[in-house]
Amino acid sequence: MDWKGRDVISVRDFSKEDIEFVLKVAERLETELNEKGSLDYAKGKILATLFFEPSTRTRLSFESAMHRLGGSVIGFSSASSTSVKKGESLADTIKTVEQYSDVIVIRHSMEGAARLAAEVADIPVINAGDGSNQHPTQTLLDLYTIKRAFGRIDGLTIGLLGDLKYGRTVHSLAEALAFYDVELYLISPELLRMPKHIVEELRERGVRVHETTDLEGTIPELDVLYVTRIQRERFPDEQEYLKVKGSYQVNCAVLKRAKESLRIMHPLPRVDEIHPEVDRTEHALYFRQVFSGVPVRMALLGLTLGVL
Amino acid sequence: MAELKVTAIREGTVIDHIPAGKGLKVIEILRLNRPNGGVLLLASNVHSGKLGRKDIVKIEGRFLSEEEVNKIALIAPTATVNIVRDYRVAEKFKVEIPDKITGILRCANPNCVSNHEYTVSKFYVVSREPLKVRCHYCERTMEEEEILGNL
Repeated sequence: MDWKGRDVISVRDFSKEDIEFVLKVAERLETELNEKGSLDYAKGKILATLFFEPSTRTRLSFESAMHRLGGSVIGFSSASSTSVKKGESLADTIKTVEQYSDVIVIRHSMEGAARLAAEVADIPVINAGDGSNQHPTQTLLDLYTIKRAFGRIDGLTIGLLGDLKYGRTVHSLAEALAFYDVELYLISPELLRMPKHIVEELRERGVRVHETTDLEGTIPELDVLYVTRIQRERFPDEQEYLKVKGSYQVNCAVLKRAKESLRIMHPLPRVDEIHPEVDRTEHALYFRQVFSGVPVRMALLGLTLGVL
Repeated sequence: MAELKVTAIREGTVIDHIPAGKGLKVIEILRLNRPNGGVLLLASNVHSGKLGRKDIVKIEGRFLSEEEVNKIALIAPTATVNIVRDYRVAEKFKVEIPDKITGILRCANPNCVSNHEYTVSKFYVVSREPLKVRCHYCERTMEEEEILGNL
């Protein structure tokens, strides 16, 4: 499978074979990393991380992945320190940065920004989140985490909980899960339901989808509960946010009704939607999920650079 | 059937089988309401065997580009375009919604990059009936009402 020069913009651009291939390469790299500590596949290559919007774990995870591949990193973590502040267009920023690097990772507050960057750049562009649209590398690491935990994705019942309206991680994940034989429970306040077009598309693709507001009634059914933060910063109206703030909290009392094998995931950061007491239970998978970001992003960087 | 109360044109385009009430919208999106020297005729709410009621737009001395025909398809998918030369229909075809719509539609998502940076807008047709298109950039789906408001 030739990934050299390929852009990673949206889960929509992937086939199931693409996803399985990346997960397999990530697994191989994780094993190599455990054996050798660090690798040198990307020696001499430079990654540019363009984070126009704040991020801690995605940016650090990409940087860590590139360093562990033996490459180096340049970039910025806020638009305020760049020429964008002087009025430079996104296209011009990309055309400039590609002169200094071999691969670009971009996070931007506008939906479609990564697609535009990929059209402008001749080097591969990886989307690290564009507004409330897509976050494909998060999706791949989520799938990787599920596969490592259960040995499979097919046959699982998965609940997506929280902000399903603005949450790009759950949009991408739901679309990717449609490649598998899964049953999906979409659990959210009425105001934060999954966009209609995504639900329709999932159903058209044969996924058994249930929409509900009832976490406690649904939790006994689930193998995976994917929790998301209600993102204050995405609400156009603060009053709307206050109506749904703190709608759900996953704690040990709620988990009494869950299967012993239930695993809880969260793209992090969390606020109050998972009580810290859950961290000590076997259910907590979210820190392992954070670790998965490194091998998966190593795989994507190495493949798009053509060094793997 | 009552005789049409509009005159024939010598050269130009007749857009027929426009769903009743959409004729003015066709004129608006093709910017035919600007004086260009030719005669513009609109017949609205005309009896039609096929549609029940229909609108007809006649434009003298003007032929449509492919882009303009695509625009018509988005708001009046039943329309037929007749090219008239010397009072006769020289060519006649049905409009068709293309698979990809480029440059004629704005994205309804205010946070879409295409509304902020220089791009040529691009949409993929997800469904023709009802009409739904997906933005190439932000991937948001637009339905008929939003499409009409953003032509």
